[in-house]
Amino acid sequence: MGIETLTIGKALNLGLRRAMEDDAKVMLMGEDIGKLGGVFRITDGLQKDFGEDRVVDTPLAEAGILGTAVGLAMRGYRPVCEIQFDGFVFPAYNQIVTQVAKIHARSKGALRMPIVIRIPFGGGIGAVEHHSESPEAYFAHTPGLKVVAVSNPVDAYWGIQQAIAHPDPIVFLEPKRRYWEKAEVDTDATPDPLFRSRVVRGGDDVTVLAYGPMVKTALQAAEAAEEEGRSLEVVDLRTVSPLDLDPVYESVRRTGRCVVVHEAAVTLGLGAEIAARVTENCFHSLEAPVLRVGGYDTPYPPSKLEEEYLPDLDRVLDAVDRSLGF
Amino acid sequence: MTALRQATEVVDPVPGASSPHLPQQPDLIQLLTPEGERVEHPEYSLDISDDELRGLYRDLALVRRWDVEATALQRQGELGIWASLLGQEAAQIGAGRAMAVDDMAFPTYREHGVAWARGVDPLHVMSLFRGSDNGGWNPVERGFNLYTIVIGSQCLHATGYAMGVQRDGAESAVLAFLGDGATSQGEVNEAMIFAASFAAPVVFFCQNNQYAISVPIERQARVPLFQRAAGFGFPGVRVDGNDVLAVLAVTRAALAAAREGQGPTFIEAFTYRMGAHTTSDDPTRYRLASELEEWKLRDPIARLKAYLARTGIADHAFFDSVDAEGDELAARIRSGTLEMADPPATSMFDHVYAEQTPPLAAQRAEFVEYHASFEGGDH
Repeated sequence: MGIETLTIGKALNLGLRRAMEDDAKVMLMGEDIGKLGGVFRITDGLQKDFGEDRVVDTPLAEAGILGTAVGLAMRGYRPVCEIQFDGFVFPAYNQIVTQVAKIHARSKGALRMPIVIRIPFGGGIGAVEHHSESPEAYFAHTPGLKVVAVSNPVDAYWGIQQAIAHPDPIVFLEPKRRYWEKAEVDTDATPDPLFRSRVVRGGDDVTVLAYGPMVKTALQAAEAAEEEGRSLEVVDLRTVSPLDLDPVYESVRRTGRCVVVHEAAVTLGLGAEIAARVTENCFHSLEAPVLRVGGYDTPYPPSKLEEEYLPDLDRVLDAVDRSLGF
Repeated sequence: MTALRQATEVVDPVPGASSPHLPQQPDLIQLLTPEGERVEHPEYSLDISDDELRGLYRDLALVRRWDVEATALQRQGELGIWASLLGQEAAQIGAGRAMAVDDMAFPTYREHGVAWARGVDPLHVMSLFRGSDNGGWNPVERGFNLYTIVIGSQCLHATGYAMGVQRDGAESAVLAFLGDGATSQGEVNEAMIFAASFAAPVVFFCQNNQYAISVPIERQARVPLFQRAAGFGFPGVRVDGNDVLAVLAVTRAALAAAREGQGPTFIEAFTYRMGAHTTSDDPTRYRLASELEEWKLRDPIARLKAYLARTGIADHAFFDSVDAEGDELAARIRSGTLEMADPPATSMFDHVYAEQTPPLAAQRAEFVEYHASFEGGDH
């Protein structure tokens, strides 16, 4: 196909299509993903081309989707489950945590669970309750799961294919408010591996870490900081579990300062784990404590308040200032 | 009567029965009475050879002997816990022996009789209750999944597996085991919805042993359980769970229907947990001794023995040989359990993922280094 300009949503759609062409055992399951093409149209047109047995409009029951995916995986299938919105993953939480995550260990490797759980996550779309959440820490805290978050069309296109081909269960987080962001995707390129973080902007003064929808925010902050003569290095973590922090340590050893940004509530969020690890590994290089910018420790607020809740360019820059002030 | 009392007043789930826990129930499919009389049923016949009948008796007697030995081993501190199948042998052997080689079973944690019928080595079950592993058998090779301890979760796995069977165009069926308590779980209800919606070749086999630990069936169900199936849109039947012949016939028919594309069936095997929920339980706190006495008269093994003896299908020599085989089995289970090696400590790191992660590999290395740091190395 070569180079195409794609949105994240379209890149996911093409990636799913490619994965289904490559492996007849790949099947999609979810609510409204067939005829409708999903509420975000990520699976648009796939049922028409691959049939109702491979693109399954399920009953409206998230535990049912994940629980039947377990049985299908035992039978040799590779189910890709769409959870319609982040806040609706919790009815499936039992299956994900007690079954999907544990069956490989329980069976001493006899049973694999190559299940991908796609979740449009994060806020900023003016939605009602339960449609704007960031549940990644629950899953990152669960041994047996892997968790990745994409931030751009290139990673969306390749990442979904890599996740489907991977032998372990993966929670695949899609930044719903960035679904319409565009970039050039070279479909003939050799992709980066799935579980690697990536420096997306070089800099010398402060290392800023983000994943999913906050990568764009961090990059915007870096541009604004540059105008003030401050040089931010931005790392797209890409993988939330396992964390790939070697490039982060390398960066922090140069900058001496680190700010972690995510939409999820700060307390016991990914930033807490990252701060601990950066401190353990870069203690003698740090000029300031690792700072966290995230959602407040409240339920996700009604949408008229979400701009106050969500980290934005100014809050990232404020944290950068505080870091530099130490 | 206050409104609250009215609202919580238990409706007798089995109209006409003196107590919902007692064995004299209407609608029970029966081929062998508690007295050991062979009876016919208009819808379920059973063509069975004398050899097969003796084989069923042997199965029942041996799994009970295993169960007795396991309970003793737990009392002696050799198992962490044991979930006894006492009283449910016929339900489990009947269901297990109804399966074809290519069929797949999804058990709870009490299906030792089905494990036996599927050829699982009892020691692979013992290792779970000893705490050596989570069950040592290969689920797909045996056609018998690992025990699932979260109540009802396996019903969805069974349904999904059946959806896979369907997609493969295979002629096999799936048997999902659950208890009466599990019928209250959302996941079980979702499983029945998915199974019905996709006409999946799965049979739900519910052993109604009357109690979910201490909570009696009337707290969970206002209608007989088998009638729930109608609401999901597939057949439900109630079989005498202490009648191995009836269970065999009913389960065979349901599995055959599933294989032929007729979709799911719900089987309620009406039985009784004659022992405790597990070795940690004390049933004297929540049920009457008289109830147990009633059920002892319906013992699943005694009735088959009476039938075999009366008809001359088996003689004393046969029963003695089964007893002797039981003692040998018990001795093997005992010595095998006592000799079971603890797993290597590092094994807990080894199968978390199919593709190990660098952070977990590092944690494993730290663990090894930590233990090596003690004087004399490994400790």
